[in-house]
Amino acid sequence: MDRVPILKIGDILLVSIQIDMEDQVALQLQEDLADRIVSVGSHGVIIDISALDIVDSFVGRTLATIASISRVLDAETIVVGMRPAVAITLVELGLSLPGIRTALNVELAMEMLATGGDAGEPDATDDTDEFVVPAP
Amino acid sequence: MTERITVTTDQDVVRVRQLVRGVAVTAKLSLVDQTKLVTAASELARNTLVYGGGGTVEVSQVDSGRRRGIKIVFADQGPGIADLDLALTDGYTSGGGLGLGLSGARRLVDEFDIDTKLGEGTSITVTKWCR
Repeated sequence: MDRVPILKIGDILLVSIQIDMEDQVALQLQEDLADRIVSVGSHGVIIDISALDIVDSFVGRTLATIASISRVLDAETIVVGMRPAVAITLVELGLSLPGIRTALNVELAMEMLATGGDAGEPDATDDTDEFVVPAP
Repeated sequence: MTERITVTTDQDVVRVRQLVRGVAVTAKLSLVDQTKLVTAASELARNTLVYGGGGTVEVSQVDSGRRRGIKIVFADQGPGIADLDLALTDGYTSGGGLGLGLSGARRLVDEFDIDTKLGEGTSITVTKWCR
């Protein structure tokens, strides 16, 4: 099984997803990141998805879960590099990724983390968690 | 020409995405339409695997005389869908997902048909037309 590498730059973890991930690879990334956040004492995670030509609901949910896990572990997650066609498709699919911070590129994300991220703070009123689905 | 993939693992879902992308590029779908079709195919192929217990995906180019497009058929011999209206509701899931696969995929394509029988299986046909 492929594994997505996690790079450490200072106290930031940088993940650049370069492959069309199987679901298991996405779940493995989620676990690996949680481990690395704790072992490194990281305060910021940047996930670059500029190489992904689609983000489906599974990958979308994985990104949201990673953001939630990081938050609990005192790290901020920023997703960067989403392609315009991917953004259009994600929203039409019904996933607007509430609670996930985004930036156009890695450089801007690093600035956001360095300044404590006053720009682009998720909407404070956004307490409706789209990822909790009603019971059948 | 029809190409067929048997879906029994996660890797097969990736193969379905790659096949659909290739056919969409050949058919000259716009970039946004390619992205929508591949995303819909990913959702439906995963449903075939997770809820249908595996099945087949057939991708073909179609021509209505007026326009060209891509048709994809996802078929499984799984349990079938008991309540189709409910299954097509945003946010409803019988598994552990987000409940966006079926309803979201329907929004991403131009035509969407479901044929399902309890205990016999489900067949979903989607079409995306070139603009």
